[in-house]
Amino acid sequence: MPKTLSPSKLIPAGTLYRGREGQWSWVAHRITGVVIFFFLLVHVLDTSLVRVSPEAYDAVIGAYKNPIMGLGELGLVAAIVFHAFNGIRVILVDFWKQGPKYHRQMLWGVLGLWALVMIAFSIRHLSHVFGG
Amino acid sequence: MSTETTEKEPASKVELAPGVGGGGEIPTFDITLKVRRYNPESSDDAYWDEWKLTMYGTDRVLDALHKVKWEHDGSVSFRRSCAHGVCGSDAMRINGRNRLACKTLLKDLDTSKPILVEPIKGLPVEKDLIVDMEPFFQSYREIMPFLVSKGHEPTKERLQSSEERERYDDTTKCILCAACTSSCPVFWTDGQYFGPAAIVNAHRFIFDSRDDAGDMRLEILNDKEGVWRCRTTFNCSEACPRGIQVTKAISEVKQAILTRKI
Ligand code: HEM
Ligand code: SF4
Ligand code: FES
Repeated sequence: MPKTLSPSKLIPAGTLYRGREGQWSWVAHRITGVVIFFFLLVHVLDTSLVRVSPEAYDAVIGAYKNPIMGLGELGLVAAIVFHAFNGIRVILVDFWKQGPKYHRQMLWGVLGLWALVMIAFSIRHLSHVFGG
Repeated sequence: MSTETTEKEPASKVELAPGVGGGGEIPTFDITLKVRRYNPESSDDAYWDEWKLTMYGTDRVLDALHKVKWEHDGSVSFRRSCAHGVCGSDAMRINGRNRLACKTLLKDLDTSKPILVEPIKGLPVEKDLIVDMEPFFQSYREIMPFLVSKGHEPTKERLQSSEERERYDDTTKCILCAACTSSCPVFWTDGQYFGPAAIVNAHRFIFDSRDDAGDMRLEILNDKEGVWRCRTTFNCSEACPRGIQVTKAISEVKQAILTRKI
């Protein structure tokens, strides 16, 4: 197929495409997916330290126990919870007959569930992180 | 004006107050039209050009482009043919969204701000608003957009029930304007992707009870550049000037590939 023209020169950049809910939920899904991936990468590395040197492992895991890491964990959970709920929404869009029709309502559902879970989790988690 | 009733039916003539024309005065308003220009013969860079225009309440973006081309700058280049939403020539990005210029009324846009007009994304720009549609039509040809039937040609019409006809009714409406394909974030970054329009037109034949090449089309779209590239952003469904449920059609093709049931 003759679709290999270099885009940078031939397609002058313009404004950002103003897509709606579907476009932005996809952007968020991809960003959270990549964030989770990099977390897991680091997590596999730090966990495998335990086989190399249990002392080094304890030191690294100990370093996670500070408030900045605590907030980072909150962000990570926020990303995972969104990605998981929205992932279910994407599956329904593809495999439930009425999915494409209700994709927007399902996104509000995802965001509602996400907010509920995050409020509950934040209260518990932050009281651990800052409570002592 | 006389209000007395007479025996005879009054002549069917509407008497208007003096000074009022046919359908009443059409309101006018001022707009700023900004067009993303590009001319490879003079520069590699695109730039914004802008005009202040007085337009009528009944005018569309296409009328504004005509006014510019006919009265201000004849070098402004764009495609249009029917000017009535039939031929699919004038898909362009209007205020950041793919629309047909001939179906977008100026009064429906925010005229207090400049109206931005850019070429559709993901296809090579040739000049101003004109893009090279060849990659788009290449994908369209690949899904075999014509009836394929086995056996002998029947001597009478090929019968079909209204339910069978209804099955693919939505996807018969496509005018190949490329608004959907060029609104797709996957297509912008992966020009090899078949794109929504090719899938819509495959759907039109896959689900046609008279057609016998459904399996072949499903095989073509089962390619790694086929339906599985779709990330369900719904940009295509929102861009389609014919109101085709594009994402739904793509989902139906995905399911048909998985179940091999049509
Ligand atoms: C918690 C359970 C999970 C669910 C239910 C889930 C669901 C999904 C689904 C359905 C997609 C396809 C999205 C689409 O077609 O637009 C997807 C994409 C993706 N997921 Fe997950 N996922 C989960 C966990 C993860 C994890 C643990 C990672 C990281 C290792 C991850 C990384 C990604 C990435 C990078 C994408 C690609 C996004 C894209 O192409 O736009 N996901 N996920
Ligand atoms: S499906 Fe709609 S947006 Fe896509 S080419 Fe056909 S008419 Fe245009
Ligand atoms: S000019 Fe024909 S569709 Fe707009």
